[in-house]
Amino acid sequence: MSLELRRVSASSAPATAVRLLPIVSKLVDTSTCIGCKACEVACQEWNDLPPEPTTQNGTYQTLGGLTANFWNLIRFNEHDEKGALHWLMRKDQCMHCADPGCLAACPAPGAIVQYVNGIVDFQQDQCIGCGYCITGCPFDVPKFNRETNRVHKCTLCVDRVSVGLQPACVKACPTGCLQFGTKDHMLEVAEQRVAQLKANGFPEAAVYDPPGVGGTGVVTVLAFGDRPELYGLPRDPEIPLMVRLWKGPLKVLGNLAMVGGIVAAAAHFVRFGRKHEGDHEPRGPHDREPSGTRTER
Amino acid sequence: MNAHQSIERYNVGERATHAVAALTYVYLLITGLAFWTPALFWLSTLAGGGYLARLGHPWVGLVFALALARMHTAWRHDMHTTYEDRAWRRAIGAYARNDDAAVPPVGRFNYGQKMLYWLMAGGGVLLLLSGLVMWNVASIPTDWHALRAGATLVHSIAALATIGGFIVHIYMGVAVVPGGLHAIIHGRVSEEWARQHHALWLARLRTPRS
Repeated sequence: MSLELRRVSASSAPATAVRLLPIVSKLVDTSTCIGCKACEVACQEWNDLPPEPTTQNGTYQTLGGLTANFWNLIRFNEHDEKGALHWLMRKDQCMHCADPGCLAACPAPGAIVQYVNGIVDFQQDQCIGCGYCITGCPFDVPKFNRETNRVHKCTLCVDRVSVGLQPACVKACPTGCLQFGTKDHMLEVAEQRVAQLKANGFPEAAVYDPPGVGGTGVVTVLAFGDRPELYGLPRDPEIPLMVRLWKGPLKVLGNLAMVGGIVAAAAHFVRFGRKHEGDHEPRGPHDREPSGTRTER
Repeated sequence: MNAHQSIERYNVGERATHAVAALTYVYLLITGLAFWTPALFWLSTLAGGGYLARLGHPWVGLVFALALARMHTAWRHDMHTTYEDRAWRRAIGAYARNDDAAVPPVGRFNYGQKMLYWLMAGGGVLLLLSGLVMWNVASIPTDWHALRAGATLVHSIAALATIGGFIVHIYMGVAVVPGGLHAIIHGRVSEEWARQHHALWLARLRTPRS
């Protein structure tokens, strides 16, 4: 892989990227998705993922959720607004956060990387299978494979992108709902689309690019942009507070406390040393062998 | 057997349980610290690499929990704070300064040992419960996000607390109290040692049961 790394999980050293490339991004315009699932098929095909048995949940949705072998799921949500039924489709996949919670939580050096173009990728050969990334992700994307004991998710087709191709799902999309390019360009296209939607009866249309995770590499246009929950998206996703506490102040304090404990023990030994052995001459009232029979029990 | 060491302080079951707890704790410490901070990830090499460390940590944790449970059945009656412990606690400064002549006599365990015991028991329960969540994090429903993250935080804090106790425990047992390490390994102590460190316990042993 020729792409340089912007971030590396569990690394004490700074990341190495110096040749800066534009951040890439996938645009998902949910208002033009027709639910054809070509992107799901393309993802399975390109990534050669084993077939996942589908489930019938009373909807057109392929599966209940993402799995370790299924990285791209179109979610079908029905929404009744002022007597009109809206069929909301949303592309559930890794959002490729600029500030990835999975990467922050990961304890295995190099198991999660963020390439210089912003793509967040799991390196399963470095993964130890702890599942911390599952805890760190605000979108519930990483999925554990019980056969390999490793975690998997969308790679944003980094293998295609790094040689100048667009992701397989984008290639397959028949409506132009999916587009791929630099993030700046995708945001421009998204804003144009939002303006169109606003002019056509969707005044709440908005771009979903949540700042809580530094923005995402998957930019989503929502017709009901004021209510991302309708699409199953968190309103204001961020790395969980408890994960930030754990990886931030607690780690610093904990390390200081452990070093402090060892230093204190060493200092005590230098100052007071070992207790005397066998020279215990009675010197005070406490030293007489007690005559009472008080016990601890 | 050394005839001089006439008193059995820990029977073979207690020693075996303590040994299992000690060895498993050290393994859990090494592998846990590897997951705790990148600067110590190299410790996982001692456990066969990150993958094996992750595989072994929860199972060994279960063994540690079992050892703690057995310790609890064996020692809990000796671990209640007594009247004498309060006197010992007031003199803890003298104890720390090795001014043992000014320290009141104690029973089978002194107050410090009892506090360590309860720290490990409480920490062990928290580590077990939070560890079970972390072990099965992929099975925890999406809506219970807070449980996933909370368990991780609780596991870290409880582990840090036990590490504090562990540092003191190892330092006291190995470096400060002569014969402490010998007693937990071989089980027997001299009457002189018992009188110096656990005079009330010796007195009780010498008193016919009523």
